[in-house]
Amino acid sequence: MTRPIVSIKNVTKRYPGVVAVDDVSFDIMPNEFFALLGPSGCGKTTLLRMIAGLETSGTGDIIVDGQNMEGVPANKRPVNMVFQSYAVFPHMTVRNNVAYGLKVTGVAADEIAPRVEEALEMVQMGAMADRKPDQLSGGQRQRVALARALVKRPKVLLLDEPLSALDAKLREHMQLELARLQQVIGITFIIVTHDQDEALSMADRIAVMEKGGVRQIAGPEELYEKPQSRFVADFIGKINLIDATVSGTSSVGVTCMAKGLGRVVVPHDGAASGSVSLAVRPEKLVLADTAPSSGADISAKGVIRDVAYYGDVSNVFVTCPDGLELAVNVQNDRAAAGLLENGREVYVSWHPSDTLILQE
Amino acid sequence: MENWKQNKAVFWVTALPGVVWLLLFFLIPLALIWGMSFGEKTSIIDIEITGTLANYSRSFEAVYLKIIWKSIWISVISTAVCLAIAYPVAFGICFSPARWRPLLLLLVILPFWINLLIRTYALIAVFRTRGTLNFTLEWFWNLAFLDKLIGPFQPLELLYNNGAVIVGMVYVFMPFMVLPLYATIERLDRSYLEASLDLGASQWRTFFSVTVPLTMPGIISGIILVFIPMLGMFLVPDLLGGTNAIMIGNVIARQFKQANDWPFGAALSFLLMYVTFAALALRAFIGARMKGGVGV
Repeated sequence: MTRPIVSIKNVTKRYPGVVAVDDVSFDIMPNEFFALLGPSGCGKTTLLRMIAGLETSGTGDIIVDGQNMEGVPANKRPVNMVFQSYAVFPHMTVRNNVAYGLKVTGVAADEIAPRVEEALEMVQMGAMADRKPDQLSGGQRQRVALARALVKRPKVLLLDEPLSALDAKLREHMQLELARLQQVIGITFIIVTHDQDEALSMADRIAVMEKGGVRQIAGPEELYEKPQSRFVADFIGKINLIDATVSGTSSVGVTCMAKGLGRVVVPHDGAASGSVSLAVRPEKLVLADTAPSSGADISAKGVIRDVAYYGDVSNVFVTCPDGLELAVNVQNDRAAAGLLENGREVYVSWHPSDTLILQE
Repeated sequence: MENWKQNKAVFWVTALPGVVWLLLFFLIPLALIWGMSFGEKTSIIDIEITGTLANYSRSFEAVYLKIIWKSIWISVISTAVCLAIAYPVAFGICFSPARWRPLLLLLVILPFWINLLIRTYALIAVFRTRGTLNFTLEWFWNLAFLDKLIGPFQPLELLYNNGAVIVGMVYVFMPFMVLPLYATIERLDRSYLEASLDLGASQWRTFFSVTVPLTMPGIISGIILVFIPMLGMFLVPDLLGGTNAIMIGNVIARQFKQANDWPFGAALSFLLMYVTFAALALRAFIGARMKGGVGV
């Protein structure tokens, strides 16, 4: 097995009165695109800054490329960072910004120029090399920040919310761009983001953080399809959470009494007992005018309360018996036309195997 | 609401007090002095404005040029010392815990609450032959048994020389340097410093390649704010420099008082003002060159 490029071992960081990072441990493999995802204040940025050496006085070990970073100052670490504000030096041209990291570490002058050109080409900023940062747009400034970090040929590139300051269109474009760059250069990227779409679309693996701790580490698909806790299920994408009580376990699955649904049987490996949440993604739900014919499906009769139209899809909110509210994602195809109107009686159904049982 | 710029009456009512004030107490006296600089004394109290340039040509006599030159270099050194001390102080205040900052700033401003004259006299008490500093030095001298080994302590002559004037000026003008520096350093985005460290620069390299250029507006404001009044200072050289260290301010003051030669004093004053304008023009020039970068 290959050696991890970054090992986080029992890392804890306390500020007066608050634990920013709470006993976190995980490994990141070489060439991985790794995302730290969580709501603001979950400790993801603090953890990233600890890897960069900008945040000190934490406990635990951070090992980068086999070397313990304990006591290694930020300017001696084999990692580079793209800052959220980009921090492109306003008093230097684009070229000098990119050359800075090489100049200060004593790289030979005749080596600097070609490396700077190469880095600028990589982010398609070669034509703007002699501009000052205030003549650049936000997206261009970010490319400069990227080139400035990449020109150092770091073992690991750290990105702190790199896309949060860009508008939606540009953000989508840069997501693809970052993923492409990472594949071309073949170094490890660690990105911090609060945007789940960003993490899902770019990262190979995602660590979901909450209140300083890591709740789950998995690939995008596993994280979306098999969240292990209510928090992760709720944070990644949209999900219907239905309160239920386990009444028995059999070879078919777990039998529960669910709010608004009555008795349902859900396939589940592992134990379940007491109060649980049944979780099902809105796009797994099907709306119909008539009761579903397949008896195996879980279904409920309800009334459409609200329809949110998004062009390609509509989010339909259905009120079922017992105060159960279900969100349903409906493709706006011909079948949906005419069905989606407030106050209409509909049947919501889904396959039991699309249901997750979340203990908590 | 109506735009005040479009309402002429409102504009003039609000602008009038300021305009009158500037006219009465600044521009008119200044014009009088300027006119006087082209005048001649006809008796002890009468001055006739004849358009003569004699006062200016007299200003360029070697003895006065020497004093002007000396005023410039003493001010340059004092400004440099001020900057060297104020920069770390301002930096320290900016990077201290937020709850300490108002108190530390208050300590910088505190000397303003005491009259300049009293502060300068206090410096005399510290620096004179039998003053606080010499007593302290003597105490250490005796503590180290140097009085038994070498002989009794010889008090240092700290007053009435150029050094005393420089120390006094630095002391008096320090807050004017600290405050603009504090204002710019405080606004400095720390991620620039972190980025520099992250890219492999040492703390020193970061300071000279990133911190100093990005705080240049504050440095320049501080220099202007300190250098110009230093150039015309007469109280500090008078009290601490004695007869050995007179500056152009003392010469000017003497023309208006003891010598009773207002036309010549006026000419010297305006020469000083031209030097000041030159300094401001230099600032504008540097500002224009830096435009597109940080801006001033």
